[in-house]
Amino acid sequence: MFIQTLVTGLAIGGIYALMAVGYSLVFSILNFSNFAYGSIIMLGAYIGYYVLMHMGVPLALSVLISIVGAAMLCFANERLAYSTLRKRNASSLYFMISAMGTSIFLENLVYATIGSRFYAFPEILTQQNVSFGGVSLGLLDVFAIVFSAVAIYGLHYFLQKSKTGIAIRAASYDMQVCQLNGVNVNKVIGWVFLLAGALAGISGMFLGMKYMVYPTMGWITNKAYIAAVIGGLGSLPGAVVGGLILGVLETFVSAYVSSVVRDVFSFSLLVILLLVLPTGLFGKFLEEKV
Amino acid sequence: MLEYVSGIITFSLIYVIATVGLAVFTGFTGLFSLGHAAFFAIGAYTAGILTYFYDVNFWAALTAGIAVSSLVGVIIGYPTLRAKLRSDYFAIATLGFGEAVRVLLENLDITQGARGLPGIASETTLPIVIVLTILVLWVARNFVHSRYGRAAIAVREDFVAAEMMGINLFQVRMRSLVFSAGCAGLAGGLFAHYVSFIQPGMFTAALSTQLTASVVAGGMGSITGPTVAAVLFVAVPEALRMASMWRLVAYGFLLVAIMVFRPQGLFGFREISWQSCVRCFRRKPAAAGGGAGE
Repeated sequence: MFIQTLVTGLAIGGIYALMAVGYSLVFSILNFSNFAYGSIIMLGAYIGYYVLMHMGVPLALSVLISIVGAAMLCFANERLAYSTLRKRNASSLYFMISAMGTSIFLENLVYATIGSRFYAFPEILTQQNVSFGGVSLGLLDVFAIVFSAVAIYGLHYFLQKSKTGIAIRAASYDMQVCQLNGVNVNKVIGWVFLLAGALAGISGMFLGMKYMVYPTMGWITNKAYIAAVIGGLGSLPGAVVGGLILGVLETFVSAYVSSVVRDVFSFSLLVILLLVLPTGLFGKFLEEKV
Repeated sequence: MLEYVSGIITFSLIYVIATVGLAVFTGFTGLFSLGHAAFFAIGAYTAGILTYFYDVNFWAALTAGIAVSSLVGVIIGYPTLRAKLRSDYFAIATLGFGEAVRVLLENLDITQGARGLPGIASETTLPIVIVLTILVLWVARNFVHSRYGRAAIAVREDFVAAEMMGINLFQVRMRSLVFSAGCAGLAGGLFAHYVSFIQPGMFTAALSTQLTASVVAGGMGSITGPTVAAVLFVAVPEALRMASMWRLVAYGFLLVAIMVFRPQGLFGFREISWQSCVRCFRRKPAAAGGGAGE
């Protein structure tokens, strides 16, 4: 029971970590909370569902299409809603409002056009179980753990080794100096949003398969924000650790206490953490930049 | 017909009360609250439960609603504002807070869960709401023009400089948070006693959004701007009978469009007063020039 809960928690934590990394990636470079991220995840899930169910594309390919689609959406979101603010050097409050607006716009557009129906993925993966050492696990959970690990490691490798990755890290450290050294910041930011969108596509597919596809499913990114705060806003390793911690703790709370108090628990955790460890585990920015 | 019109006015004025509270907080301290619906809900449920189960007097229940939501404002503000965190932390904390309150309301016994509280005494009338709205506007105006309000404006513009001048950042932010939580609580209490049925589903993030949209569209740093925006945002869709989902689509679009094209909001930092109206009619260019110079 204990190990079972732990592994289920890790699977959920892996998805939280994916979302939190995507969110932190944008935060680390533009220094604002991208509240539109949840809607991108939701749209990624819709794209994947549509392609899989209505166009008869195989599952692996539809995951890929969902990743590409979400990445393009995230990129478009930046160009339409944030780039003007960026040129004007607006404060992060304006970015946050714009992100909030995007999120509400997209979510309700889906409500108004596609409808509030819940769509379920075919139960190919959720029904199958793998068992080892007396622990029985859904195949989907295993996939979630493996896939999250691979995606996060891939991102890490990209950021460490590729030229664009180095530019992203430099820009997140100091955008202006980076620009002075001849980095095309516009392009770098475009890349950041593409990468974040790709992660949104993966997590959207997993969330859709694990739960269902519906307009407000993006609200689960609240957990990603909390995970990012636990790890420290803007820190990628922090986002991974925060996501895993939150996922495991939540699963234990729902298993041993009650699933009702789970959300209240996550929020209390956030507030307690802000009291004792305001920077999070790996945080770098404590106060607002002037 | 008359009843319908007075209903719309009552509704919009209730939202005006909550919007003015949020305008004092977001507009004058530069912090962004995403969970204001929770304060609204706490006010509504406190007042509703008191009159429904305990037969408390309407006015006492309203006061209790204001008190409890202000108190919750203190509880939530203390840890989050104490540490002088980035505004993002605060926004995320309020986001979580809003969701947590909704989950609690859905699962507590006294709130009767998702079924809600039907048949709360219908005590809110148009005259009461008008008087309370004027009172709240007056208090907010005085608050903004007082020493505390000017300190809040200084904090919004440049909190490092403000702190160097000896302004207590925590105290200023806390004071306006408590004020705005109290306003939301009052609006909630009035709402509960007007529609006489409340359920957790009424106080979702959509409500927080509507309040934020009014403040942003009306102009951050103005009291009258958000008031006008709140009236427009409630009355126009209601009168045109637009489906609520398209209304929310429009809110989202408006928020982005305003940030991109007119970040100071419709009214900017200006207040609508008798003088500005007169000036507007007499010499158009002067008024326009005053608006452009931020």
